[in-house]
Amino acid sequence: MTSKTPFLLKRLLIVSFLLLFLLFGAMFFGLSMGSSGNGVKAVWQSLSGAREADSMLSAIIWRIRFPRVVLAALVGATLSLGGLVFQALLRNPLAEAYILGISGGSAVGAIIGILMGLSRFPGVSFTAFAGSMSTLLLIFLISSGQTILKKDSLLLSGVMINAFCSAIIMFLVSMTYDSRLHNIMFWLMGDLSTADIRQVGILAASILPCFVLIFCLSNSMNMLLLGKEMAQTMGVNIKFVTVTLLVATSFMVSATVCHCGLIGFVGLVIPHLLRLLFGPDHRVLVPACMLGGGAYMVFCDLLARVLPEQGEMPAGVITAMIGAPLFIFLLKRSDLRKQG
Amino acid sequence: MSTAIDIKNLSYSYGNGPVLKDISFSIQKGDFFIIIGPNGSGKTTLLKTISGIIKPQRGQLEILGQSIRSYTRKVLAKTIAFVPQMVQVDFPFTVSELVLMGRSPYLGLLGLEREKDIKIAEHAMAFTGVEHLARRRLDQLSGGERQRVFIARAICQDSEIILLDEPTASLDLAHQVRVMDLMERLKKEKSVTVIMVSHDVNLAAMYGDRLLLINKGKIVSMGRSDEVLTFQALEEAYGCTLLVDESPIGKFPRITLVPQKFSNSGPLEK
Repeated sequence: MTSKTPFLLKRLLIVSFLLLFLLFGAMFFGLSMGSSGNGVKAVWQSLSGAREADSMLSAIIWRIRFPRVVLAALVGATLSLGGLVFQALLRNPLAEAYILGISGGSAVGAIIGILMGLSRFPGVSFTAFAGSMSTLLLIFLISSGQTILKKDSLLLSGVMINAFCSAIIMFLVSMTYDSRLHNIMFWLMGDLSTADIRQVGILAASILPCFVLIFCLSNSMNMLLLGKEMAQTMGVNIKFVTVTLLVATSFMVSATVCHCGLIGFVGLVIPHLLRLLFGPDHRVLVPACMLGGGAYMVFCDLLARVLPEQGEMPAGVITAMIGAPLFIFLLKRSDLRKQG
Repeated sequence: MSTAIDIKNLSYSYGNGPVLKDISFSIQKGDFFIIIGPNGSGKTTLLKTISGIIKPQRGQLEILGQSIRSYTRKVLAKTIAFVPQMVQVDFPFTVSELVLMGRSPYLGLLGLEREKDIKIAEHAMAFTGVEHLARRRLDQLSGGERQRVFIARAICQDSEIILLDEPTASLDLAHQVRVMDLMERLKKEKSVTVIMVSHDVNLAAMYGDRLLLINKGKIVSMGRSDEVLTFQALEEAYGCTLLVDESPIGKFPRITLVPQKFSNSGPLEK
């Protein structure tokens, strides 16, 4: 008579295993392919501990590609999860990881760092991080006290901050004529090429706790979607949940962006795609975004390295080129669904 | 102890001025209690204060004999369930997913549902007559169906008290009666105290055990429908001409609007 709701745990495990497999697959290909040659066999041999691996290719794989592939996975996971959280917090399907001013703030910080002649890491990363954390502080100051719980006030503050930062960025770019301009453009387009294992390790250590925290709050995110008042009557501590999600997500997105620049579309498209495939329950979507987003970014980065005849494209270009048509496709699919 | 809600000297102000002024009254357990009043009278604010959404600035509020301040969030959620007027849901939850959310005060961190919770949700959906919609998405339902789904969710909270904010506001005639009948069944079969804010005085007269008429933040009167729904009190509160007589179908008042164009023709018995 009544339909049985599928047990959540079963769905969670199936989706997680599926995407984990996809992630490892993407990472495997990411490690084996690149401009220095295809080493599928070499990767396999390295992983299985065989000693006949070509040592030059091995070095490329493990010293250069491996940190990069891990960084791509972390970036993809963070941006997707960031988009998901902001979509829930702001109850707005157009929200993505940068919506609260993080892109503007970190870009301004990064450009200032580049103009000062600082090196990518730790110099520019630090100024970028400082920039985005400043925007978070600004948001807290603008929407203080009770108004932080009004969803539109957060959104509007973020949009205004991004707009203001855009103006500053345009000003700084227009004043730059030398080679630093190229560095700035590359940063703004998103670029994973400067990954180094130590950097990646620090990043992983800082964002993994955020992932865990967000996963613990995923049930609360489901209820937040019904509105803050409703969630409260169901036992959710909305102030704590809102502030914690806001801070954790802003922190992890800022930490990620300062290593790789502004890679767009991932935070908007991946949550929608996964929601279409697996449903709107955040307890499934949070791990799905982490794993699926990671796999997607590894794949995009692979294309960024392999497609151009010479050199490589910034990863942000690939995510935009795939992301925009993908988003339009998703829009059409969800329209059809609504009519059905 | 037969008092469900006890309110003493409750006051609340918001921005422009006081919304609730020194309100005191109590609601008995198992009552179907309906709060009526014109727009801006403070009735929704009163309901939200009782549910814990709004914190009163002055006064005491006791739920089942204990101050609301002594309740933790989760325990309050197990004691009072709230059904809002209309919820905008932009994300594609299914009916069963939403109804199951009502079980969250009883579940752990991740809210992993057990067999028992699923059974309770199925029962709640059957009670409100939405079990055939279990797999449908919320945005595919009509207003009346969606309201019943939200009521099913509230039933899952398994609370002694259920609050509803103008539940019949945007429903057609059949659904209005259906929702009111549901509340009456809840009251009779599960001994739930139903507290409702209603804009429809006739429905309030038909179903309410006790009514509370509120205007400009103050209580005008409280009691049985024939005691509260007098034409003097109603005309003063609502600011329009009304005719109050006894309903042809039962021993409760019937309120008829008398627009200007009818007020000068024919005999008017008051």
